[in-house]
Amino acid sequence: MDVFSDPTNIDVYVTGFLWILKLTAAGAVGALVIGVVLAAMRVSPVPVLRGFGTLWVNTFRNTPLTLIVFFCYFGLFSTLGLSLADDIDLNNYWLGVIGLAVYTAAFVCEAIRSGINTVPAGQAEAARAIGMSFFQTLTMVILPQAGRAVVAPLGSIFIALAKNATIVGTIGLAESSNAMKELINANGDAVIPIFLVFAGTFAIVLIPTGYAFGWLANRLAVKR
Amino acid sequence: MPTSEPLIVLDGVNKYFGPLHVLQDVSLSVARGEVVVVIGPSGSGKSTLCRAINRLEPINSGTITFDGQTLPAEGKALARLRSEVGMVFQSFNLFAHKTILQNVMLGPVKVRGEKPAAVRERAMALLDRVGIASQAEKYPAQLSGGQQQRVAIARALAMQPKALLFDEPTSALDPEMVGEVLDVMTSLAREGMTMVVVTHEMGFARHAANRVVFMADGQLVESAPPAEFFENPKSERARDFLSKILTH
Repeated sequence: MDVFSDPTNIDVYVTGFLWILKLTAAGAVGALVIGVVLAAMRVSPVPVLRGFGTLWVNTFRNTPLTLIVFFCYFGLFSTLGLSLADDIDLNNYWLGVIGLAVYTAAFVCEAIRSGINTVPAGQAEAARAIGMSFFQTLTMVILPQAGRAVVAPLGSIFIALAKNATIVGTIGLAESSNAMKELINANGDAVIPIFLVFAGTFAIVLIPTGYAFGWLANRLAVKR
Repeated sequence: MPTSEPLIVLDGVNKYFGPLHVLQDVSLSVARGEVVVVIGPSGSGKSTLCRAINRLEPINSGTITFDGQTLPAEGKALARLRSEVGMVFQSFNLFAHKTILQNVMLGPVKVRGEKPAAVRERAMALLDRVGIASQAEKYPAQLSGGQQQRVAIARALAMQPKALLFDEPTSALDPEMVGEVLDVMTSLAREGMTMVVVTHEMGFARHAANRVVFMADGQLVESAPPAEFFENPKSERARDFLSKILTH
């Protein structure tokens, strides 16, 4: 039977990309939440918080993601016994999400911080002058404007995240790159077509995603 | 007119920017309902003085008292004080991502926790007063400079402040828009609002101020009613300044 019409193979392919989708979704949510908190820390007037934010960014931005994901498995799970689910796949999935989120958060933080720098200082002064607290100024005036300025860079970060999600394959999750390896091993006569299908799937989804973020960035841009 | 204890008191205020001594032992008191116009050459410390009153610039020594209370250093107490002192900036600083109406409503609703419906009514009345009511749903970037500055005044007034600080409110405006902003300021002055106005508009100083304060090189050089100051400046520094700006 043809490799592309075998229902078992289709199943391996679909399962692989569903894992990627789930890793990307959960990783993006986690990275966005942690990244915003880190950015808030890095612009806060409290030196300890600023130091923590800087340490996080420098640590995770300069460590290979493969090592971080390995650590999540061998460190957090195997050594420290952090089990996140009884199902082995689900456990590896959540360990992978942690690795992706803490790593991507460092980039999200820096993107948002650069967005904060695009907001004129007068905006914060005006907010403080009507009696807003640091937290109110940040959440109601600075971050909404900074967020609109970083839609495009955040898009790039999330696209990178979707591709980085394949690294979770190294700790045994049957995501797309593992699925591809499995199919190639079983179908030595169709290596290049299989490769093209997997690479093409990423490209077909991610290219329009990039354009969508660009369109959104234009739409949301703050006019000054 | 001025009665009872003064609203704003600066006593022996010193401020440094690095080695630069921008406010040198400045003392000034502003009575309730008084309109004080601060003039002086660029770099004389007028803007810093204005910004020190609501602690956008912290000072190095001396005391600033507002309504009988020493200026709090930070936190909730400082935020509360700032909510009672309106400020109008040279560059307007309207919140760029909010509509005109939202700009005016944000403070009362979020800082004071007032009911949006009541605030909306007050905000529209204020926008009507400054002549911008028909633009309430637009964004700041869609308005002219003069219109933006009038909205900024309405935003400050929405907090029902005890005093208003103006930091060169017309310096960033095209000449034909200066008048519309000064008109609003003049009518506020007539109504008895306590105002500290840093400006280069000598006409405004002449007809709307109760007192003109002249600053040079970080020092408060002279303080007198406008007629007296413009006709008969006492210090050499003030005479020199006036001769330069009034001859053309």
